[in-house]
This record gives sequence, C-alpha cells and structure tokens, in this order.
Amino acid sequence: MVKYKIVTKELNFWYGENHALKDIDISIPENTVTAIMGPSGCGKSTLLRCFNRLNDLVDGTQVKGEVLLDGEDIYRDSMDVFLLRRRVGMVFQKVNPFPKTIFENVAYGLRIHGCKDGAKLEDRVRESLMDAAIWDEVKASLHKSAFDLSGGQQQRLCIARAIAIEPEVILFDEPCSALDPISTAKIEKLIEELKQKFTIVIVTHNMQQEARVSDYTAFMLLGELVEFGKTEKIFTAPKDKRTENYLTGKFG
Amino acid sequence: MRRKKELLGILAIRLSVLFVLVSLFAVLIFISLNGLKVLNIGFLLEPPKEGMTKGGILPAIVGSLWLSVGSICFALPLGVLSAIYLAEYAKGRRLIRVIKVGINALAGVPSVVFGLFGLAVFVKFFGFGVSILSGSLTLGILILPTIIRASEEAVLAVPQDFREASFALGASKWLTVRRVVLPTALPGILTGAILGIGRAAGETAPILFTAATFYQRGLPHSIFDEVMTLPYHIYALMTEGASPKYQVPIAYGTALVLLLLVLGINLVAIIMRTRARRAQKW
Repeated sequence: MVKYKIVTKELNFWYGENHALKDIDISIPENTVTAIMGPSGCGKSTLLRCFNRLNDLVDGTQVKGEVLLDGEDIYRDSMDVFLLRRRVGMVFQKVNPFPKTIFENVAYGLRIHGCKDGAKLEDRVRESLMDAAIWDEVKASLHKSAFDLSGGQQQRLCIARAIAIEPEVILFDEPCSALDPISTAKIEKLIEELKQKFTIVIVTHNMQQEARVSDYTAFMLLGELVEFGKTEKIFTAPKDKRTENYLTGKFG
Repeated sequence: MRRKKELLGILAIRLSVLFVLVSLFAVLIFISLNGLKVLNIGFLLEPPKEGMTKGGILPAIVGSLWLSVGSICFALPLGVLSAIYLAEYAKGRRLIRVIKVGINALAGVPSVVFGLFGLAVFVKFFGFGVSILSGSLTLGILILPTIIRASEEAVLAVPQDFREASFALGASKWLTVRRVVLPTALPGILTGAILGIGRAAGETAPILFTAATFYQRGLPHSIFDEVMTLPYHIYALMTEGASPKYQVPIAYGTALVLLLLVLGINLVAIIMRTRARRAQKW
C-alpha cells in the first residue's frame, strides 16, 4: 500500500492573468523521488513552489484547489506557513548559501527556530553535513566562509542547510543546472540516499538525470499535467503522444 | 583622425584627474603647512586662553566629537530602519515615490535652514536649549538622507536568492531581514554612516543656533550643555576678537585638527567596513 505524502486536487495557479497551472491532480508517494519534467515555462517550478507556498512571496498570484500534505490542505487559512516550510524544505537552482560561515549556514534554520543549545547545534550541523556527503570536505573549515567552497560543494552545503531542520519533504528546483558533471553525479547519488529519510520532489530539464534518479515521473506541458507514473513506464511506454514526442526530442 | 581624437580624449581625462589631485593636495598642504606651526600636544589638550590668542582647542575637539557621535546615534538607527521600510516593506509605488521625493528634498535643503529649524523646534519648542542634544538632533536630520539612501541601496543590493533561501527554511520576514539582509547590507550601510559622520563633523550652519558657543572654559558636563566646535571655532577666530596676528594661525591649526578628525573617523569606518566585507565575501 503506497502512502502519499503530497496530493493536489484540481490545483490551479495564476500569475496575474497568466494561468500557469491547470487542474493539476498529482499524488506523490512517500520516501520516493518524484521528478517533474517538461519544457521551459510549463509550470513545473511553479508547481514545486506551491508545495512550500513560496509562491506567496510573488505579488498578484492566485491559487485555487487543494494541496494536501499528509491529508491536510496547506492553503487553508489556519495553516502556519512558517511551520509548513519547516516541514517542506527546498534546494534552489541558483546555488545560494548565505554570506556566512559554513557552520552558520547549516545552523541558520535551527537558530531561527529557537535552538540555542551550542552542543545540540554542533551535533545537528555535523549530522546534516554528513547526510549531505560533504562533512569530510569541510570539517576542517567549518568557520570559513561558505563562498570559499566550489559550486558543487556549495550546493551540497545548501542541501545540508535544508536537512538540518529535519523536514519531511525536500523540493529540488533544478539543483544541478549550474554544476559540472562530477558535482552533478555526486548530488544525484546523494538524492538516491536521501529518499530513505525524506520524500523528494525534483524539477529538472535533464532527461538523463530524470531517468537516473527518479522513481516516479510527471510530465508537464503548458501548465497541464500530461502524464504521471513510474519512471520506467513513462520512459519505455508513455501513454500520451505528447510525452513520447518530448522524450524522443521532437520538441522541448 | 580617429586616433587623434582618442588621444585628445585621453589627454582631457588625464588632465582632469591631475587637476583634481593638484587642488586636493594644494588644500591639504596649505592647511598642513599653516596649521603645523601651532600644532602641539598643548594645543590639543588645553582650553583657549587670553581671549583666544593663546592656548589650545580641547573644548572644540571634544564638542565636535560629541556632536558627531550624537548625530550618528540618532540618524543611523532611524535611517537604517527607514531604508528597510522603503526597501522591504513599503507597498505601492506612489507611496514610495512620495517618501523618496521627501527625502531628496530634505537632502537639498541648505544647511542653515536646518539650523533655524533646530532653533525653533529643539532649542525652543522642546526646550532643550542651545545644547549638544539640540545640535545632535539637528545634525542628525541633516545627515538622514545620506544614510537612508546608502542603506536603501545596500538593502536592495542583497540578492533575492538569500531571502528565498531564508523563507524556504521557515523564517519570517523580520527574521530574514534581521539575520540575512541586514548583515549582508552592513558594508553599504557603514559607507552611508561614514559619509554622514564626515558631514556632521564639518558642518557649521546647523549648529550655529543650536549647539555652538563662542567660548567655553571647561568641557561640557551633560548633553544639555552648549559646546565649542571646531568649525565654529575657526569662524569665531577669523571674525571676532582684536588680535588677528595670533588668531589666524590658531584658526589654521584648528582647521588641520578638523581635517585630521574627519579623516580619522573615516578611516575607522573604512576599516570596519573592510572587516565586515571580508567576513562575508560573496
């Protein structure tokens, strides 16, 4: 029996007049990697940002429908957005560590949620850096600027920052698009491992990456969810003609 | 032909820089040569004596320091908070534009007008009298636009990615501003503070009616005391008194001390800014 972590029901989203998401119904299983693919502007990042309500920061947007996290609608009035974002973490396309030390980057989430215990902070920072497979590279330089790290290391630091506050879901918005192949491979491997603890949703442009890391795949086009299912099925026997066209490179 | 024009252009650029440097150093050398004649430890540590024809300028140094520090204590928090409001919280273009026009207008007001305002409001209406407090408040208003502009620019220059990363971790707007935006903008804010302090220390007109006194034997005891200040002391030496033979050299000495004081304050602030930048290069 598959347990679904995030379920959307007839989710619609507008930027002003622009109807960016149209009647999206998707059920994301727990402790799996679900990838959302599609051409630029198809709404995949918008959908991702509905899961932690980061779209709230944009003026003039409108949401209709439901996004259920463990069965509860995160767009209901009584929802605590700050608590939601604690449960649903995010790693961005543009690698964006804070202009602080490596330690403070990871400790940031803990501190803003009220953790003041130094020993506990140190433990959590170490565990998070280990989980993000970067501990060995930074353990000697925890108090140096995060900007001394390479791009790939910075992205793994951002992953450590996201997992430090122990979210249930981690959203990845094209996490490798700015990285070299070796760094990309490391992050893909990491995502594989992270699904033991977290439910992962990843947006990507890269079809090979999609095939490598994901258990489930959603294909989106022009704001619609065209097809959703097990990755191997989507890649070997897509039901929809449009999915097939995209996968075979007829457009995209 | 084109080559010639280019050479001419470069020549014009070089000459301009040369002109700027020469006039700058001319001022510095002129003030230094004249000022150094009277400058010694006693000059810095003694009050004026015998109708300002002898002695030092200690009360004026202390007075100028008090006013600079006082005005920045008042203007920096107010200016930074206003800048944060403008950059992060203010909704509606028209409101922001109205506020900005107001700030720019404030920056264009001649400083003697601030002096009159300070006299009417702080000295008379609030009853602070001619005092350090009144002078600091007046100077504070004078340097507010500088600080708001610099701080606003610094806050706006903080990449949106940092804010998003903070929100995505469950931070509120205020936490994000306080823990991410402000520390990142700090070097730019300090630049505004540097410019503000420099201006506050050198202004004469705003303190003419609000803080400055012609002569004071001792040092001020509280913020309600009036003070001597360096710029006003120069003015007094050059316009009052009966023995210009003694007073003019002292005026040059005072000018040199003022120059060094402003440069010193700037230097400290620049070091602070460099440190802040080094701690968080990005």
